Parts: sequence; structure tokens; C-alpha cells
Amino acid sequence: MKKTGSQIIVESLKKEGVETIFNYPGGAVLPLFDELQSAPFKQVLVRHEQAAVHAADGYSRATGRVGVVIVTSGPGATNTVTGIATAFMDSVPMVIITGQVPTLLIGNDAFQEADIIGITRPCTKHNYLVKDVKDLARTIKEAFYVARSGRPGPVLIDLPKDVQAESAEFKYPEKVSIRGYQPTYEGHVGQIQRAVKLVMKSKKPVLYVGGGIISSNASKELTLFAEKLGIPVTMTLMGLGSIPGNNPLSLGMLGMHGTYWANMAVMESDLLIAIGSRFDDRVTGKIEAFAPQAKIIHIDIDPTSISKNVRVDLPIVGDCKHVLSKILSFLEEEDVGTFRAGLEKWHHQIDKFRAVHSMNYEQREIIKPQYVIEKIFELTKGDAIISTEVGQNQMWTAQYFPFLRPRTLLTSGGLGTMGYGFPAAMGAQVAFPNKLVIDISGDGSFQMNSQELATVVQYRLPVKVAILNNGYLGMVRQWQEFFYGKRYASVSLEGISPDFVKLAEAYGAVGLRATKPEDVVPTLKKAFSTPEPVIIDFEIDPEENVYPMVPAGEPLNQMRLV
Amino acid sequence: MRHVITLLVENEFGVLTRIAGLFSGRGFNIESLCVAETLDPTVSTMTIVTRGDDQILEQVLKQLNKLISVIKVVDLIEKDFVEREMVLVKVTATSETREEILRVVDIFRGKVVDVGAKTYTIEVTGDEKKINALLSLLKPLGVKELVRTGRVAMIRGSKITTEPGS
Repeated sequence: MKKTGSQIIVESLKKEGVETIFNYPGGAVLPLFDELQSAPFKQVLVRHEQAAVHAADGYSRATGRVGVVIVTSGPGATNTVTGIATAFMDSVPMVIITGQVPTLLIGNDAFQEADIIGITRPCTKHNYLVKDVKDLARTIKEAFYVARSGRPGPVLIDLPKDVQAESAEFKYPEKVSIRGYQPTYEGHVGQIQRAVKLVMKSKKPVLYVGGGIISSNASKELTLFAEKLGIPVTMTLMGLGSIPGNNPLSLGMLGMHGTYWANMAVMESDLLIAIGSRFDDRVTGKIEAFAPQAKIIHIDIDPTSISKNVRVDLPIVGDCKHVLSKILSFLEEEDVGTFRAGLEKWHHQIDKFRAVHSMNYEQREIIKPQYVIEKIFELTKGDAIISTEVGQNQMWTAQYFPFLRPRTLLTSGGLGTMGYGFPAAMGAQVAFPNKLVIDISGDGSFQMNSQELATVVQYRLPVKVAILNNGYLGMVRQWQEFFYGKRYASVSLEGISPDFVKLAEAYGAVGLRATKPEDVVPTLKKAFSTPEPVIIDFEIDPEENVYPMVPAGEPLNQMRLV
Repeated sequence: MRHVITLLVENEFGVLTRIAGLFSGRGFNIESLCVAETLDPTVSTMTIVTRGDDQILEQVLKQLNKLISVIKVVDLIEKDFVEREMVLVKVTATSETREEILRVVDIFRGKVVDVGAKTYTIEVTGDEKKINALLSLLKPLGVKELVRTGRVAMIRGSKITTEPGS
């Protein structure tokens, strides 16, 4: 049967199992919205296209499904770029459909025209301009496949207005075959066997795991592997939740603001088993001095991640879950008992690192941000989806909230996008209406997407936003304090931010404020029991810093502890 | 180090910019580039000559492989291969230089493809060394214009570069 381009999109999205779309209409997508109006999707109208992408991103990270966004051409499309780049850096599967001016006008500087294919080429996994309605169904099928397979990522489809209106025979393809794209899932068996041998010979092994564990749903396999052999695990920001933060083997996060014990363990290790992580500069510190005594095994689905920053002794290209399952099966033949006994000295050494007081703060008369986060954990028992913005709020969350499960932390790790957390929390809340979803925010970051208050109120999404309000762009201020002689440039927001309680109320949400330490728990309790969106303004210590800190470009064992 | 990279790519719009973007994003200059259809009209071959740090180039090759529109990437520098390019050279031809030009063209197995009142247009095919040698001989005689096709290359023997997946 013949269908219009717009009908083909709706039918194809149904075939892909799409339930939710984050969207914003406009001139170039009028035919599509006309069709969407009666389509069976939950549709969330955001207040800014950037937020649509972050919301779809949060939805995707929390559920593991592909996030879907539909916006118009020109400014609608360019507004999505920060969101797309955020998802690209953190390997989040998404399909973004942008309207485009009619085919005949493309390249003519038409009204609301932007070359979004050109603009997003370096920040999408792939993108498509559909010039013929006959290609539409296949393109959508491919887009979803590319987005969710291999190392996941955002895929953009640019759709001229005339293509939405033209008709073609609709048949949704059963299979995808792209000859230039065949991701490797199964690791090389010989390499895996060699890796097992290398592990069994090690005396001071450390597992260094990242977002790949989360996106391949390999938490269970990882935890089994670590527990079976008694190997300590450190996680990147993207990897938090890979094994429960309260597991005795967890060393917490490593890197610039990692724990003292995680960084010291990496520096002292004789074998680093990197899984689904990519040796980012925020993780390694000075690269030449990183894990100097360690042999490195690197397991990743993306061959370009391997030996990009550090030379790897044993690379395995494959899906984390598949490779870990293989490793577990090979371990059956190994003498695990003797290996574990051999690690006793190593654990003893790590216990000594743990004994160094590096994660301590004193809660006196002004509220400390760390205290707020610890109380959020205690009150929720970790059973919440937490998003963060970027900066101090993000690092304190990573340090003081021991994530117990994968997909419970939504944070912009790679791109470091301020304004990510609130719309991401909104997206996660759409997916899980009955879960507690909390955005741990800063007074600066929150203002980058605060317009979404209107959306959460409209759709009754009871997101809680905990603003750690220090009246500063705190992380930049911290760097100016440490490295620029306390010359604070353009970082003070003291007295010039809106009254967040009134702001919440103006949108029809609930606003709460805590100014003293003893207010923290009652305020949180009140917020968590309120069935509406709540903004909580925590007036925190303005010049509290994030410790430990490894200054950029220094080796990981050069940490400032207080 | 100099690298000669052969790529098999989907014959569709936008592929060239995707590939060029990986080079420009790292500040790598493409020395020469040659693109055309293969026997299979849905596939094109690209031959790229570039110079750069080996480790960074290894990363570029991996990134090229990662592009959805790229079917295959081979760095020929690791193999035994033949390499050719064609040049068209417009040389000033006076009564004193005509003979000399023709002699040089003959030695290099070239052809005169156009004769003007004061010029010869010469066609020569060869590898980089041969072309450079020819040009060094013609320059003193007065080269007015020069167009090079960029290099094409192929593995020697029975091995095939353009077989997807081989």
C-alpha cells in the first residue's frame, strides 16, 4: 500500500518499538506533525530543542532503549547540536529526525535552512539526508540499527518537507545489511585465553571499567568476574554503577577527582584490565606516568579506542558482555583458590590506601554539598535515578553517592555539558513515572535549561532538583583559586540568580529552601514525598572545593587531598 | 612518513566530506586524492596519499574503517604495490627548444597531445619519481601549466585490493 513520507515515519517508528518521542514542531515538519497528532506515541513537547535531545538521552541511558527526537529545520536542528554531541561522546543510542526545507530549495539559503548534515557530521555516529521517499523506510531501519549496535551513538535523519508529503510503497525491511559496518561482538578466542593467563599470573591486578559495561549490560558478568577472583574494581564516571558502589571490591571512581585509593591502586598495579573504558585524559592524568608497572589488557567494542592514548599489551575487540562471559567460562579451568590467596598482600596494601583520610569534610554551621548528597543516598537507600549537571555538583555526586545499580547515573561525562541534568532527569522520569528521579544541580548549570520547568509541570513529571547553590560557577572558581591566584573572573552568581523557590512557583512547581544543616534531611524528606516537581535550593558553603584533585597533566599519585 | 591509502567506499553523496573530515580534523594534509567508480557501480575506490606521524595515521585508518560508508581500508605502504599518475604539462615550445622537448618526451615514453603556435601539451604517465624527473627536465625549458591526476595504486601479483572483505 502507498503511504506518505510522514505515514512511513510513523509506521517505521512503530515497527522499531518506539513508545516515546521528545519533540518540537516547526514549519519544515508540519506534514509529519500532522501525522504524529494521531499516532500512538507518548509525545513530550519540550521548551527548547537542546532539552529534547538531553531528555531523549536521559530516557535512553535509564532504559537502554533508543531515544527519539523530532524537531524542525534550521534553528530547530542547530539547537540539537549540543545534545547530539553530548550523546556522541558518551555513546548513547538515539535517532534525531530533523525537518529540512524542500529538496528544490536545499542550498538556496531558504528560510530556516541549515546544512545540519554538514554540521552534525563529526558528532553523529552516522547521518542521512533522505532525498527520495522510496529510501525512507530503509533509512529509518538502518538508523535504528546503527544507533543501537556496536558502540552505540546518535544518528540523525534529515528529512525535506516535500519528502514527508510524497508517497511510496511501504514495506519495512526485515533486515539491515551495510557492507561497511559489521561490529565485532565476539572477542578473539586466542586473545581471551591469553588474557586469562595474564590475569592468573598477576599479583596486583585492577579492573578499570567504564561506560561500555553499562551500555552492554555487562554488570552481572563483571561483578561475577571481580568476585570470583577477588580483583578490586575502579570505575570511570561513565562506569559508576557497573558494580555496586558498596561492594567491598569497589574502589570508587579514579582519575582527576577519583578516590585516593583508586588512583594509588592503579599506579601500583601490575595488571590493568580495562573494560569498556577509553583512557580519557581526566582518567589517566599525565599519560607517560600512568600505571607505570602495569601490563594492560583492553577490552572494547570500538577498535579506535584501543591504543589511542596508551599502548596496550593485549587488545580484545568485542562486546564487554560477550567477552566477559567467555572469560568466565575459561576461568572454570583455572586454580582460582590459589590466585585469590596470592592477592592477600595486594588487598592489604589497598587497605592501607583506604586508611588515608582523603574523602572527609566537616559539617559545621554552613551546609556542605557532600552532606546533602550523602543524605540523598541515605534517604533513598540508593534506589533512585540520579542525574547531574557538570562541575562540582557532578564530581561530589560521583564521590559521595555510591551507585548501586547500572543506569542509575545520568551524567555528561565526555562533553561535560552544563544544562544536561535537568532535561535528562525529565526524560528518565517519562520512562519511569513511579521512580524517584533526582537532578543534583548547581546554581549555574540549572539556569542553562531551567525553561524545562514548564515541561515537567505540564506533563506532571515529579522530578526533584537539588540545587547545590554556592553562588558561583564552582568548578571554574576552584580552578581560578588553585591555578590563577584566586583571581575570580566571571564566576560569581551571588545575588544575581533568580529566587529558585519563586521560580519554581512561577512555573507551578514546588520550591523549597534549606539554609542550615539541620534543614537538609526534613527538606529532602518533604521533597521526596511531594508528588509534584520540586526545586530545592540548598544554600551551601560558597568556597567548598572538590577533593581529592589531581591537577591536569600531573601523574595520578600527585593528589591534593585538602 | 608517506602513506598510500586505498579505500573502497559507497558511491554516494557526502562520503568524500566524511573522509576528508577525518584528515582535516587532525591537521593532516591530503597530498593527492583520486576517486572513481569500480567495476561495481555502487562502489568507488579512493586513493589517498598523505604524510604524517605513524601513530596518528594508524588512528586515522581505524577511524576511516569505522565510517559507515567505508567498506574497506588498505594502507599500501605495508605491501608491494604499483603506483601511477598522469600529468598534462603545457611547455613553451620555441624553435630552439622544440627538439629538446620532443627528445625528453620520447625518453619518458610520453605523448604530445596538443600542439599550439608556441606550446606543446604533453601527457606522461608514471610513478612519483618518474614524474618528478620529467618535470625537472622540462622546467628549465619553460613549463606554463601543469595538471596532475593524483596517484592511483594497486597491489602487485594476484592479490586484489578491491574485493570487499578480502
